[in-house]
Amino acid sequence: MRVTFTVNGEERVVDDVWEGESLLYVLRERCGLPGSKNACEQGECGSCTVYLDGTPVCACLVAAGQAEGGTVRTVEGLAEGHRLDPLQEAFVECGAVQCGFCTPGLIVAAHDLLARTDGVPADTEIREALAGNLCRCTGYEQIIEAVRLAAGRGAGPS
Amino acid sequence: MTTRLESGVRGGIGDSPVRPDGNLKVTGEFAYSSDLWMDGMLWGATLRSPHPRARITSVDLTEAVKLPGVHAVLTHEDVPGARCYGLDHRDQPVLAIDRVRYQGEAIAIVAADHPETARRACERIVVGYEVEEPVTDARRAALDPACPKVHESGNIVRHQPVRVGDASAATADVVVTGEYEVGMQDQAFLGPESGLAVPAEDGGVDLFVATQWLHVDQEQIAACLGLPAERVRLTLAGVGGAFGAREDLSMQIHACLLALRTGRPVKFVYGREESFFGHVHRHPAVLRYEHGATSDGRLVYVRAEIILDGGAYASSTPAVVGNAASLGAGPYNVPNVAIDAYGVYTNNPPCGAMRGFGAVQACFAYESQMDRLAEACGLDPVEVRIRNALSEGSTIATGQVVDMPAPLTDLLERVRAFPPPAARITGEDGRPDLLGLPGGVANTTHGEGVVRGVGYGIGIKNICYSEGFDDHSTARVRLELVGGEPAVLVHTAAAEVGQGLVTLQAQIARTELGVDRVTVAPADTAVGSAGSSSASRQSYMTGGAVRAACAAVRARVFALAGRHLAAEGRGGRVPADLALADGKVVSESEGVIATLAEILHAEAVEETREFRHRPTRPMDPLTGQGDSHTQFAFCVHRAVVDVDVELGLVKVVELAAVQDVGRILNPVALRGQILGGSAQGLGLALMEEIQVRDGVIRNPSFTDYLIPTILDMPPMRTQVLEHPDPHAPYGLRGAGEPPTLSSTPAVIAAVRAATGRSLTRVPVRPEHITGHAMDKPSDLG
Repeated sequence: MRVTFTVNGEERVVDDVWEGESLLYVLRERCGLPGSKNACEQGECGSCTVYLDGTPVCACLVAAGQAEGGTVRTVEGLAEGHRLDPLQEAFVECGAVQCGFCTPGLIVAAHDLLARTDGVPADTEIREALAGNLCRCTGYEQIIEAVRLAAGRGAGPS
Repeated sequence: MTTRLESGVRGGIGDSPVRPDGNLKVTGEFAYSSDLWMDGMLWGATLRSPHPRARITSVDLTEAVKLPGVHAVLTHEDVPGARCYGLDHRDQPVLAIDRVRYQGEAIAIVAADHPETARRACERIVVGYEVEEPVTDARRAALDPACPKVHESGNIVRHQPVRVGDASAATADVVVTGEYEVGMQDQAFLGPESGLAVPAEDGGVDLFVATQWLHVDQEQIAACLGLPAERVRLTLAGVGGAFGAREDLSMQIHACLLALRTGRPVKFVYGREESFFGHVHRHPAVLRYEHGATSDGRLVYVRAEIILDGGAYASSTPAVVGNAASLGAGPYNVPNVAIDAYGVYTNNPPCGAMRGFGAVQACFAYESQMDRLAEACGLDPVEVRIRNALSEGSTIATGQVVDMPAPLTDLLERVRAFPPPAARITGEDGRPDLLGLPGGVANTTHGEGVVRGVGYGIGIKNICYSEGFDDHSTARVRLELVGGEPAVLVHTAAAEVGQGLVTLQAQIARTELGVDRVTVAPADTAVGSAGSSSASRQSYMTGGAVRAACAAVRARVFALAGRHLAAEGRGGRVPADLALADGKVVSESEGVIATLAEILHAEAVEETREFRHRPTRPMDPLTGQGDSHTQFAFCVHRAVVDVDVELGLVKVVELAAVQDVGRILNPVALRGQILGGSAQGLGLALMEEIQVRDGVIRNPSFTDYLIPTILDMPPMRTQVLEHPDPHAPYGLRGAGEPPTLSSTPAVIAAVRAATGRSLTRVPVRPEHITGHAMDKPSDLG
């Protein structure tokens, strides 16, 4: 089948998609956007989190056909040119990135949290917002610090 | 001189420069092994055994081969070289030969033009099995001669006794005993096994793969392909975590076989379920301990039997047994020791390396025993540990003298002195915040039935490879002018698995050569082996190799400086106190001699060095005696928990850790190791277990295998001490594993303190906390 959707501001027409393919597979294998990661294929780890029509979703749980006509924003679409999003900067600075496999999904989920939060969210709010994203390397502490730092630098509703 | 060097360069040893791969990782551009792609690439898939023990009577590939889109279907008959591989014993078939020994053992592999086609082809392969009853009881495998054999060689992979004094005759005022059980933990790295094999024109293959040790992979792959090692070239692809699970081969040989057969690039990416079958796990263990002590809590003897279930293939079981045996008495002075550690074959999933291996299992048992001893003697749990703690100059159970700082008393006193965490998190309305309570937003309690407990744990871990292994690492360092500026290229085969080794290699080069601009080349087999990214050894070993190569480069630069001085007519005498700083050759006494730009011209200075730690010795096979370890490392934890004693739910309120690292090389990365290691220990304490019944894994998914989420992890306090080890580069001590040892017993001790229950297995289950468990925890399955 053919799937037509907008990815990171660009309209994409993807042909020969097998009906069983997920949005994640189409992004990674057919659109050249491997930033979203596949770590569990069942919506448990959050590594594949992308915005679909403004809402964070696990792209592994979205059938490609469900994205028809939709708007998708992935981790590749957060930086403006070479200027990183404040969250991306803060993740690198705080040591929130080790192996980095969970990082794209965590950054999209945290980006969504800050987009709907004025000021610096409380730790409990950060924890609740990121509870669907597994990280195996960091123990999460430096991730929380990165979100706080980015929020303090004015990342947030724009 | 050292101090001045460091002040001259930013991003050197002791700083926390940003990771060179950081920006790529946060923008999604970093190429993990699962992200690789080539024109004409095929996808691989693996057919695995549903049975833990069976004879294979037939394999029919007909229907699989017929499926459109399928390019190759291979079995063991297609393996051109050695049929088996393995880290220590080469006992694991590349593809099953005549029988399977664990559920998930690979039988056939397929290459097809779409991953789904490859999977469907696997489903069309018809395998005839004669199913046999699996060997699943590790204790029986170890001790019952009538137990069926998993391999013809017998079921014991290694039995290592340790004997000091006469533990069987020793008597004591106070005796505490216990039988402890450690469940099978999974490394659960997030980036599943994956890689891309590309056939080469010379008949060899180039493999891009996520691994922990390129050269040990290369050696095993080449042997099985029947190719010389130089025609099997490996390059490290982006690694999504490792924690030991990538020490053993997974898809490497399979991808190479299919690539060579089809003449096309072949990519494998395991899904999460397959990943649970695709790598080894942490050895489950049953540990029986008896400690005798004086009435004031000083240890007189320890007797222990430790049985580690290695599953179907040996993997690193021998080393796991060595660690459990040599460190089984813990970081304590004990005059009489009788430890017997066994690693056995069963038809359970194969087990091998995971962070802290061997030492983790023992630590849970001996620390549980120390708490029992404290209770029996009426002592504070920290006090009983301090009374028995090793210190510099002490002798451990193997007779090895701890010839480096061992500030255990200080570590324990510091962790005890941390202020206690707040009683409870309250929301704006003054009511308790559900997120801070056991059960969380499941809303199972508002504080009723919740009891707080505090517990401690301390561990001892060997750093680097032990027992006489020729442990070494190689580094090539090149200094040259690029665009008129001095630049350094560091090339090693060391695997960056997330820990920050790429950052550290550059830091060392900056400090040693006084040059800002340092690039770390991609790791591959074009340079000598760096050994494994495991055993907390890479800062020590590859760090040591980079430092040695830099020193060799520096010596040549100083010689060039002499030539430069002579050419300038400034005399042939070279000052003895030369150093490199800020891109210049400087002398303490005479100031700047020359800039590197003036000295180097078009010349590149390149040196390669192999680094070895001081030699270790095998353990005596009967007594375990011998200087088997390179270095010891220590971490201590305090855990504070709230337990819902009615529902058996635990909320860890705070974890505090104090660790001695000899010398801090990168504070941010170090803290990440302590926090992350502590999280894995918390997971083992409370939730992480591959549940195996009759040799079959019941929970191969992230839905059913639980790792700590951000809601499970409490805020952590960390403190780091720096008592340099005189034998180690920069005085450093390996840091990755020790936190994984001590957090598990600390958390369980805290739950015991809250509940008063004995809690002898990890992960603890709600029914053990509430007291509704059946007699044998394993009955609950």
